[in-house]
Amino acid sequence: MPVPNINVRKASTVHKVSLPGAKSTKAASKKKDEDEGVDAHDGWDEWAHGKALIKPPDQVELTEAELKEEVTRVLTANNPHAPQNIVRYSFKERSFKPTSVVDQMAVLFVLEGSLLHQDSDEARGLRAKEGRTEETVTAGTEAEPDEEKPETPATPIEDGGEAEEAEEEDRPDSAASKTGKKELKVTNQFNFSERASQTLNNPLRQRSCQTEPPPRNNFSATANQWEIYDAYMEELQKQEKNKEKQKATQSKSVEKSKKKMLLMETQNDDASKVRKSSKIFERMVSQNIYDDIAQDFQYFEDASDEHRGQEGTLLCLWDFHYDGAKRLSVTALCWNKKYQDLFAVGMGSYNFTKQGRGMLVFYSLKNSAYPEYIYPTDSSVLCLDIHEQHSHLVAVGFYDGSVAVYNLKEAGPEPVYKSTAKTGKHTDPVWQVRWQSDDMDNNHNFYSVSSDGRVVSWTLIKNELVFTDIITLLPNGAISEGPEDSQQASTACGTSLDFHKQIDFLFLVGTEEGKIHKCSKSYSSQFLETYVAHSWPVDAVKWNHFHPKVFISCSSDWTVKIWDHTINTPMFTFDLNVAVCDVAWSPYSSTVFAAVTTDGTVHVFDLNINKYEPICVQQVVAKKTALTHIEFNPIYPIIIVGDDQGCVTSLKLSPNLRKKPKTKKGQDLPKGPEVEIAKMEKLLSLLREPEQSTG
Amino acid sequence: MAGTAEVKKEEADYKRMHSFPLIRHTDMPEEMRVETMELCVTACEKFATNNESAAKMIKESMDKKFGSSWHVVIGEGFGFEVTHEVKNLLYMFFGGSLAVCVWKCS
Repeated sequence: MPVPNINVRKASTVHKVSLPGAKSTKAASKKKDEDEGVDAHDGWDEWAHGKALIKPPDQVELTEAELKEEVTRVLTANNPHAPQNIVRYSFKERSFKPTSVVDQMAVLFVLEGSLLHQDSDEARGLRAKEGRTEETVTAGTEAEPDEEKPETPATPIEDGGEAEEAEEEDRPDSAASKTGKKELKVTNQFNFSERASQTLNNPLRQRSCQTEPPPRNNFSATANQWEIYDAYMEELQKQEKNKEKQKATQSKSVEKSKKKMLLMETQNDDASKVRKSSKIFERMVSQNIYDDIAQDFQYFEDASDEHRGQEGTLLCLWDFHYDGAKRLSVTALCWNKKYQDLFAVGMGSYNFTKQGRGMLVFYSLKNSAYPEYIYPTDSSVLCLDIHEQHSHLVAVGFYDGSVAVYNLKEAGPEPVYKSTAKTGKHTDPVWQVRWQSDDMDNNHNFYSVSSDGRVVSWTLIKNELVFTDIITLLPNGAISEGPEDSQQASTACGTSLDFHKQIDFLFLVGTEEGKIHKCSKSYSSQFLETYVAHSWPVDAVKWNHFHPKVFISCSSDWTVKIWDHTINTPMFTFDLNVAVCDVAWSPYSSTVFAAVTTDGTVHVFDLNINKYEPICVQQVVAKKTALTHIEFNPIYPIIIVGDDQGCVTSLKLSPNLRKKPKTKKGQDLPKGPEVEIAKMEKLLSLLREPEQSTG
Repeated sequence: MAGTAEVKKEEADYKRMHSFPLIRHTDMPEEMRVETMELCVTACEKFATNNESAAKMIKESMDKKFGSSWHVVIGEGFGFEVTHEVKNLLYMFFGGSLAVCVWKCS
């Protein structure tokens, strides 16, 4: 058996013993522990001796003689297991040949030793470090060899399997012997103790949130050569066009700026979206604020009239004034025939020295706070008329002699038609305009009268205002009279105009020298009649609403006169002791009319009740304020009066002022225009008879 | 011979005239669009013969500039239907014969 011969004695003398062969090492260390346990287990030195030899208890005890006996073992270099007859195929000789060289080496176990020679420097250094433990170790080593020596032959290592078995047998024994001998736990190199502590883990918490994925879209296209080509060609064409455009726009930069202006205007339409609703809202607020006035307008009847006999009163309702028209006086009033709550007010100045801007405003009784429409003008508005059927058309005459037509349906502050110097504009202020019924071609037309003495008919044809001179006023009443050269200087100045209600061609013109001419549209060369009416300019001349023969005129010579157009002397003359600015027939009675004077007073007459005195004289504005115009509402029992401060006041007529004539018992209540005509006729006949008798 | 020369000349003219980038469809904001377009032009000019490299360059640059997951297709003829994040799509022509589609979708 080729067991390596080991000098056990030497090995045992070293601290850290490790013998080749697991069995012997274990046995040796156990033995050693038993022997030197008491000495070794004091303090931390124990750790230093951790690997001391322990002798198994069942080790064979040998006598000295036996121990000294030399057992000779011979180590040979021949491996007994090595094959003796290895043959290799030789290609050279084409046959198997035994090989002479046989590998004899067999490695059983390799362990790197950690042994130190006792006398070596390293060992000495180690010993110096450990100090006194050295002695015990050396003492141990002396005892050890005796026991150790026979062990080697007794436990020969033949193969791994047997060794393991032996170990298993040994273990329980050794453990039992340990517990039996000592309580103290023996340390060995395999005895580890692990120490660990566990801390509390922080509790885990999960938090998550989900966001919406970014929005996505699908896109698909096909790219190929012809598409790319087409795209490029298109782009090139566009570029060329743009270049042309740029050239064009450069030349038309003026137009562009105009366009911009238009754009600006259209952009302003944002506000107009809420215009209607805000208008309604404004009316509601206005109605709420002036609720008492609205109640008065509808229901109030002055109870005191019964005690007053025949006289009546006027009740002030709304005041209309617009801040944008400050320092302008009311120069014209006109009700809208279609919408009875709407009326137009012309603003301007009668003062020759204070001419300037004017304004055309429309008010509704439903909103006294702010005008419905506002049209600023360059010149004073002197007269206006709303078309009877087409109530959106308003003819206006200006101080500068021009006439214009406004269309309420059109947005913008400009008139739709306006006369210019080229198109027959008057050279002096236009004092009266009146719509006429449409001509044979269904074109709208109106008439105007001016200080330059012309009465002109204006026809609205497409975008043009076409004029026709109807008549030129002359002081003597005929064109043929007088020399040609003096004609220019001697033209009369027309101040007022009114058309007969029934006879289409008949109209009256009041002049500045106080005469009233009855004219016909068909005779431009002469007047049908001339009435020497007033000593001052005729401020207003108006046909009666009912009686076809009767008209009224007023003047600043303090008088109001009522005429029968067939008779050239006045039927009635009323002296009001102050300049009369305007007079108006009532629409409900043929005998009722009202006049306004410069002292701010309204005079209401009913000829049927009192032929000499007004039945109501009431000052409605401050004494210094002059009233300039008056108009009856065609339906409601109210009048509007304008003053020279630009304020329009609405007044309600008390029951006495619109009293119907008393009816006899048993008779049906007569109504209608015939009754009104008869009423007037009765009055007139009373006057005519004495006249006829005298004349 | 004269005919072919003319054709060649025409082609050259076409190429010269159509060298500008032409955006066919995009929903990018102005700034991003300009930047992407310039990038595409640069890439296509740099890799005039290698569309793949150009696409790669565009894709990588876009990833860096505008965040990841950009996709680029460059070619002379192709059809596609893609899903893209809104405001992140550019489809343009370049150089008279190339179509470039750049979109983002993660």
